[in-house]
Parts: sequence; structure tokens; C-alpha cells
Amino acid sequence: MASLLHSLSDLVKQRQETERAAPGNDPGPRGIKAETRKLDFFYGPHQVLFDISLTIPERSVTALIGPSGCGKSTFLRTLNRMNEIIENTQLIGQVLLDGTDIYGPDVDVAQLRKRVGMVFQKSTPFPKSIFDNVAYGPRIAGLRDKKQLAEIVEQSLSRAALWNEAKDRLKQSALALSGGQQQRLCIARALATNPEVLLMDEPASALDPASTAHVEDLIFELKRNYTIVIVTHNMQQAARVSDHTAFFYEGRLIEMGVTTGLFTKPKEKRTEDYITGRFG
Amino acid sequence: MSKALPAVVRSVSTRGRLFAALCRTAIWSAVGVLAILLACVLWQSWGWLDLSFLTSYDSAIDPRRAGILAGLWGSFWLMILTMFISVPVGIGAAIYLEEYAGDTWVTRLIRVNLANLAGVPSIVYGILGLTVFVRMFGIFRAGGLVQQLTGWEVVAVKVVGIRIPLPLGSAVLAGALTLSLMILPVIIVAAQEALRAVPPSIRHASLALGATRWQTIRHQVLPAAVPGMLTGIILSASRAIGETAPLIMVGAATFLRSTPGGITHLTELLTNFPSVLDAPFSEYTAMTIQVYNWVKQPSDDYRHAAAAGILVLLIALLSLNALAIYVRNRFQKRLSV
Ligand SMILES: Nc1ncnc2c1ncn2[C@@H]1O[C@H](COP(=O)(O)OP(=O)(O)OP(=O)(O)O)[C@@H](O)[C@H]1O
Ligand SMILES: [Mg+2]
Repeated sequence: MASLLHSLSDLVKQRQETERAAPGNDPGPRGIKAETRKLDFFYGPHQVLFDISLTIPERSVTALIGPSGCGKSTFLRTLNRMNEIIENTQLIGQVLLDGTDIYGPDVDVAQLRKRVGMVFQKSTPFPKSIFDNVAYGPRIAGLRDKKQLAEIVEQSLSRAALWNEAKDRLKQSALALSGGQQQRLCIARALATNPEVLLMDEPASALDPASTAHVEDLIFELKRNYTIVIVTHNMQQAARVSDHTAFFYEGRLIEMGVTTGLFTKPKEKRTEDYITGRFG
Repeated sequence: MSKALPAVVRSVSTRGRLFAALCRTAIWSAVGVLAILLACVLWQSWGWLDLSFLTSYDSAIDPRRAGILAGLWGSFWLMILTMFISVPVGIGAAIYLEEYAGDTWVTRLIRVNLANLAGVPSIVYGILGLTVFVRMFGIFRAGGLVQQLTGWEVVAVKVVGIRIPLPLGSAVLAGALTLSLMILPVIIVAAQEALRAVPPSIRHASLALGATRWQTIRHQVLPAAVPGMLTGIILSASRAIGETAPLIMVGAATFLRSTPGGITHLTELLTNFPSVLDAPFSEYTAMTIQVYNWVKQPSDDYRHAAAAGILVLLIALLSLNALAIYVRNRFQKRLSV
């Protein structure tokens, strides 16, 4: 078990070196992009989040880990109010984005979701062409200019590392793409609305190792401009891509810290048990 | 090979073969009866279905000169108006029930009863249409409620140049409204199923990209649901065009030598605007009514006219279905790979 901890911390260190070597990646102090305060969440009478207070630093990757059913996805959805789509739920507490409560009375939900984009665990391409998939967000935001749309589509697909594979088949149905390509398409689609925060719920869980590596590189690349929150079941992945890690257990935030620290010297026994695979 | 099979397996496969044989019998007897019916109709109408049958009015004295022109145009207008009324209302109701209405006891009551309404016999809708649309509860008759309240005896209103008789009486519009009532439940239920079949993940993905609820419905849900909705519309349109009983109730003429608005040619639909506006308020007959009327006649020759009428009705029905299926497949192709 100790060796596993070690290999994880090696991963983290290795990554930090590459990061330091990469230009334009300034490891200096970062502001707080989002923050939850004393968050409780209920599905009907069933409480699944308890008193979660957590901060998400800007332009960095925050990983949420924890055993299945501990409320990671639920927590993620509270950050862009996707939880409100599910009927009969209740939220107590605050979620702040740039210091403003996103559950405040005059917040436009559609506008909020343009700022806080989301990539789902299962890729969900629309039954439309690749181009129309990526252009969907800008179009519903009112952009009609063909040239601008084409630019955004190209840029988003390039960022999601899909441009080379897709550029000759933009007019074809997105459903004809492979699973990994579809997931990258969904990432491109989320990037096209130019969000400030990107929420990713196990974005690589259905992908093969090569596509996973693709997506991880992508996340690494994206954090220069975006704040990313990622749910993952894969400890190696969390260690590879994240700057901060939060460990959830049975609806509570057990421990949150810099990824290096959490993976090398977890403060809580339960965290250590989980990341070394003793349960979960 | 079969010799090596144990007895149990063999008896299972015998039972399977027996079942398949039963199913085959069922389908072939159904097809057989249908074929015999069609053959009878074809045989009886042989030599009767020609251009003059399609272009002449009914004749009370000479079966040879009786034609289906009035019924053809009557059914055409009935269909057009019925679809114009029932499709927007039905689709709108389905969207409201599925996408907007909460889960209150009222909406639950409506949902449960829609399925029941689809099973109500058409004659009941005929009686309803007679009271509501044809007579309008009698509020417009001399000494009726309207006269008591306003002092005038209202017989018609003029809306942007169109004279609307009040009550509607036996106008095409009254028939179309009645048929609309009859097919609305089917359209609504089918549209609801189609909306429900759109995967929630598509809606969520759209909402997560900052689309409003309306944008999500407009750009994702509706396009995906259109093929299913069209299926309901096809089914109900076929039912409406074949109806006789409710039309008799709401005053479709059994013998008529005129068409709604006096239009007897398709080009007039585009050129003769006043007649087009006038048509919904004209008296009318329908193909089914003419056929029914001919069958009742004592002279045997009218039977041939009836057969020819049935053939025209079937052809109209089949081309309507073919058109709708074509449209639906176009839509499906656009949506899938
Ligand atoms: N729509 C829902 N209605 C009712 N209960 C729900 C709903 N979604 C999740 N839950 C419950 O909330 C709890 C937390 O679920 P959540 O999906 O947030 O877990 P998770 O940490 O994302 O799990 P996993 O790692 O398996 O995805 C679970 O007990 C689950 O059963
Ligand atoms: Mg989850």
C-alpha cells in the first residue's frame, strides 16, 4: 500500500516538473473562482450532501474523488444549477461564483450555464452534424455570422484535439464518430460557449487509454484559461491532472488540499484508505 | 442432427413451430379477407371509376351519371381544416403536458383521461359537435341567450371580411371541429410518447450549454420527436377521412350538387381567394357519406357507384399515408447517421 502511495506521489512530482518547465504556466498564487458555503442537498427527504464548504481556485484543476454514490456528481451539478432540472430537490447554503451567489434572485440560469460549462460522463452528441454540434452554444446565444461560427468551431475542435480528425467531415453526423471522438466533441461543444469554468463528470471513464491520454493532455492545456473541476474514479488521473483534490465520503467533504499533499501525506485515515484502494 | 436432440428440446422446438404456424395462419387469413374485399370492390367498380365519375356531381335518378365531385371536395376541405385545427392544438397540448405542466392532480387527471377519450365511439363526438358547434347551445336562436342579453338577433359576424354564420350550422367548419375533437386524443397521446422518447441526456446537454427551456424544446426535443408525432397524425388523419357517423350527426348533406366555396379546381385554391375564405362556411358532403347514401339506394346500379366511391376513398387514404410516411422518413434520415 505504501508503494502505491509512493507511485502516486511520483506521478504528482513528475508532473510538477514538466509544468514548471512549460512556459506561461505561472504557479503563483491564484484567486478563488468558485466557493461553496455550508452546502446541504436533498433528493426529496434524502440528504446526500452535508455541510460542504469548499473553494475552487481559478485557472487550475480541482479533482473530486470518493467512492461511488458519495455525491460527487450531485455536488458538481450544484455548481451550474443543473441540479434544478431534477424535480423535488432542495439546496441549502450558498454557491459563489466570483463572489456572487449563483442562487441569488436575479441570476439568469441560462447565462450562468454559459459561464459554467459541463461535460457529462456519457458523451451526449446531438443528432446533428459535427459542425452544428459545436456551433449549437454560440447559435443559441444569438451568433448568426457564418464566418465567426466557422472560426469558433475550428478553434474549439482544435482545442479539444479533434480538428485533424473532424475537419474533413464537419457536415457529417456526430453520431458516426467513435466514443472517444464523441467525448472530445462534447468538450469542444462546451468550449465553444467560451465558459470560465468547466465541470467534467468522469470525462474519460468510457474511453480507451489513448483517448484518455488525449483528454488528460487537453485538461492540462485548458487550465491556462479555464477553471476546471473534474470528477474521477481514477487516482492516477487525479494525480496526473489536478492541482487540488477534494475527497468526498458519504456526502461529506473529508479532506481537501493541494494534490501533492493529499496524495503523499493524507491527513485523514479514510482518505488514505481510499486512495490506496482499501475501499471504494 | 435432430435425432441427437433430447426429447425435451424436441418438444420445445415443436411447440415453437406450432406457434409460428398459428401466427402465419393469423396473418394470412387477415390478408386473405382483405384481398377478397379489395377484389370485390375492384370487380364491382370495374368500368365505373373514370374521369367523369370524379368530375360530376351526384345524380338522384341516373346511377350512370352519379359522380363523387362534391364528396371529394368536401372530404378535402374537411381534412385540411381538421388538420389545421387539430395538429397545432394537439402538439401544443402535448408539449404543455410533457414539458411545462407540473405534476398536479389536474394534469394527472387529464393525462389519464386522454387515453380514455381516444376510445370514445365517434358517434358520441357527433352528438357533442351537434350541440356545441352546429347549434352552439342554441344561444343564437330567436329568443336565445344572445338576444336576451343584447337585444339583437345575431345570425352572423363579419371578421376581416369573412362572414361567419352563428351558430355554425351544417358548415364544413362544424364538421372539421367535430372531427378534430375526435382525433385530438390520439394526436396528443402519440405526441406525448414521442416527446417522452427523446433521451433526457439530450435535453440536459442542451440546457448545460446555456440554452433556455424553450430553445431546448425548439432545437432538440421537437426535431427528435417529429417522426413519432407524424405517426400519430397519420393514424388520426386516416381515421378522420374514413368517418361517417359523426358527420351525419353534424349535418353533412347526403345529397348535394355543390362543393365548398364552389371550388372545383385545384388552381382556384390559389387564385380565387374569396371562395377559399367562403369554403369553411359552406354546406358539404363527404366521400364516405356519398358511398353510404349510394349503398342505401334500391337500384342495384348504385352499388357500382358505391364501389367506385370506396376505391377513390382508399386511393386518397393510401396517398395521404404515403405522403406522411415519406415526410417522416425524410425527417428521420436528417436526424440519424
Ligand atoms: N436523480 C436522483 N434522484 C434521487 N437520488 C439521487 C439522484 N441522483 C443521485 N441520487 C443519490 O444521491 C447520492 C449521490 O449520488 P451521486 O450521483 O452524486 O454520486 P457520485 O458520487 O457521483 O457516484 P458515482 O461515482 O457512482 O457517479 C446517491 O445515493 C444517489 O443514489
Ligand atoms: Mg457520478
